[in-house]
Amino acid sequence: MDMQVAKKKLGLKERYAVMTRGLDWTPSYQKMEDIYPYIAYEGIKIHDWDKWEDPFRLTMDAYWKYQAEKERKLYSVLDAYTQGNGHLNVTDARYLNTVKLFLSGISPLEYVAHRGFAHAGRQFPGPGPRVACLMQSVDEIRHAQTQVHAVSNYNKYYNGMHDFHHAHDRVWFLSVPKSFFDDAITAGPFEFMVSIGFSFEYVLTNLLFVPFVSGAAYNGDMAAMTFGFSAQSDEARHMTLGLEVIKFILEQDPDNVPIVQRWINKWTWRGYRVLTLVAMMMDYMLPKRTMSWKESWEIYFEENGGALFKDLARYGITMPKCAEHIALEKDHLSHQAWSTFYNYAAASNFHTWMPDEDEMDWLASKYPNSFDKHYRPRYEFWREQAAKGNRFYNKTLPMLCQTCQIPMIFTEPGDPTKICYREVDYKGDKYHFCSDHCKEIFEYEPEKYVQAWLPVHQIYQGNCFPEGTDPTVEGFDPLAAVLKYYHLENGRDNLDFEGSEDQKNFAEWRGQATKNI
Amino acid sequence: MQIDLRTVSIKPLRHTFDNVARRIGADKPASRYQEGTLDMQQTANFHYRPTWAPEYDIYDASRTAIKMADWYAFKDPRQFYYGAYCLARAKQQETAEANFDFVENRGLAGTLPESVRDTVLKLLVPLRHVAWGSNMNNASVCAYSYGTGFSQPHIYHSMDQLGIAQYITRVGLLLGDVQTLDEGKRAWMEDDAWQGLRRFVEDSFVLQDPFELFVVQNVVLDGLLYPLVYETIIDDVLSSQGGTPVAMLTQFMTDWFTETKKWADATVKIAAAESAENKAILGKWLTDWRDRAAAALLPVARIALGDRTDEVMGEVVQQFNARMAKAGVAI
Ligand SMILES: [Fe+2]
Ligand SMILES: [Fe+2]
Repeated sequence: MDMQVAKKKLGLKERYAVMTRGLDWTPSYQKMEDIYPYIAYEGIKIHDWDKWEDPFRLTMDAYWKYQAEKERKLYSVLDAYTQGNGHLNVTDARYLNTVKLFLSGISPLEYVAHRGFAHAGRQFPGPGPRVACLMQSVDEIRHAQTQVHAVSNYNKYYNGMHDFHHAHDRVWFLSVPKSFFDDAITAGPFEFMVSIGFSFEYVLTNLLFVPFVSGAAYNGDMAAMTFGFSAQSDEARHMTLGLEVIKFILEQDPDNVPIVQRWINKWTWRGYRVLTLVAMMMDYMLPKRTMSWKESWEIYFEENGGALFKDLARYGITMPKCAEHIALEKDHLSHQAWSTFYNYAAASNFHTWMPDEDEMDWLASKYPNSFDKHYRPRYEFWREQAAKGNRFYNKTLPMLCQTCQIPMIFTEPGDPTKICYREVDYKGDKYHFCSDHCKEIFEYEPEKYVQAWLPVHQIYQGNCFPEGTDPTVEGFDPLAAVLKYYHLENGRDNLDFEGSEDQKNFAEWRGQATKNI
Repeated sequence: MQIDLRTVSIKPLRHTFDNVARRIGADKPASRYQEGTLDMQQTANFHYRPTWAPEYDIYDASRTAIKMADWYAFKDPRQFYYGAYCLARAKQQETAEANFDFVENRGLAGTLPESVRDTVLKLLVPLRHVAWGSNMNNASVCAYSYGTGFSQPHIYHSMDQLGIAQYITRVGLLLGDVQTLDEGKRAWMEDDAWQGLRRFVEDSFVLQDPFELFVVQNVVLDGLLYPLVYETIIDDVLSSQGGTPVAMLTQFMTDWFTETKKWADATVKIAAAESAENKAILGKWLTDWRDRAAAALLPVARIALGDRTDEVMGEVVQQFNARMAKAGVAI
């Protein structure tokens, strides 16, 4: 008799269940609270981990097979691109500054996501979320590495990227994305999932990752475009995980709703502030634009996000109220950001420049309510000054927002002529904020945000000079010392694009391909 | 018009990233493993302490008793970055798939002597829980250890152990059915033979030192379990009793252990060579946990080995001691 014949075939769902949940057991030699010590303190109540719906069903053998296929393709494109000097095909050497911004600002966050999901996966007592988190953890190290590998060849020919890990931990504006992820990973495991899994991966991914990838595609950057597309199917899994997390937590207990709502409010705003960098990238840094920041916000947040929050209304979740503030800023955000980076180009790891006449017209057409009135005159003045040899570099350090760490450059919602300042007194010190939302985030967890490593404060305290620097000697140049601490080479990595080594080299190398010299 | 850029010969400004050049001693072309590993983890100017462990920084070398001047002294001899890792595993899973197909298509499961099938199911099926425990422990080491050179292999190991738990599950389903899995879990929870091992695994869940957890899980427990179960009992003892098809179904585990122990040995060796203090700590961990693991595995081994259990276990421990001596820690 053959038992095999009589055996009942498992359905896909049952089969996946024995491959994951079936592996788990309730321990008896150690207490649950000792094995999973971080699961209670956030106040989230989970009654039944088995109610978790697996957002995707992927066993490891299928995972390896599928991912290896993608890796093979990705690296063969990268190799061909490198061998063929593909970097000379980008629209214009200004584009490379987007690559620099991405590598030093975003790729290191992929790595933090990798460690954060390993932590969350380790801490959730439910086998469903554990497997999903760990799969995302290993995906995220993929993203970090494929990005470094894709950009590796650019680094060989262009400046500003050569010490990006070092820069990420130090350079003033990079504390904006860094503190965002530090904030998430130091939060409890549930908040981490809402911040990164839901707010970042689900709500904001189309505003962050997609503009870089389509920007690459529009500007002839095959390397970045290829890793971007290759990551898409991972992202699809991450998005379903993000959504499942939210639904699961909300369905478990009504007491979870206000906690989750507060996290969504906080992380939408935190994420939006990081998107400041993307906004200026889209409107100023891509030689060939994909769409304006404002259009992107309207499509991906106001329309798509609006639909999402309508869907979440049945749980009692509402659209974060910062959305109203953001709507008032959308005509101004990218311009105020680019002006700031233009000012501080001496201390940055990428070049800035003034838009040319065509680009100004494009900006005016995309921002009819704001550009010609508030920003064009400023740019024309700077351009005139630069033509006279007075390219403006601001050497005075700006005040930073204690929460988002962006310089206090934003204007009052509804009044683009007035800078927005908020402050809080806490234990004898005064803390400054760019907005009501950043202030509110601080006020809820002041003990967390007083710890922030604010680059400007640190420079003034003398903590951002190379070891052994004596700032009291005659003729001490603080900017030069800070650049040394950043490992940035003055005159090569920083300053205006006009006259840069990147500009000169790119023109010369392309010339070799197109002219007989 | 597409211009032909391949003809352009230009001199690069640099050959790799500065952090890599500093570590490999010169600005020269670096491997993908190096560029994807070295200094990937942030090291300075963290903004906030974890609300879940405020005594530590986000990444904190002081979480372990092992002290290293440079945590990037740890290198994976397999040079696994994500791409290389996936390619290696994809190849192995292809072999595994072919083996499962072979056994299934020829109905070889039905040709197994009853006694061999019984032994396999009794011994192997509860081990899917051990692999699941290892999945969690390796996630833990990845999350809380310091430096990507050391932390990175643990996420791969974690996913590998999930894969192994799933392969064991498939063996259970192929030679038995869903009830076989339930019975295996019941034995894991209740039978005396498994309680020592379950206690060992649950005790490892609460270890706080990530390096100790690496030693306990990946060096000691797997260092005894794999040679005992896969290399000796399945490949040797049961194969001689007509159980060769089972060896085909567990080839992934055998190959995996052969590969991963090179990394585990290299890691122990580097930590031990760093200082006499490290060597002493490793010696103590290895000895204490080896004794506990060997005792816990004894009743499990008896399921398949009967009278020969003590003798075989003794050999496995001897081999393990020799392996550690070669890695620089005499125990
Ligand atoms: Fe990612
Ligand atoms: Fe702010």
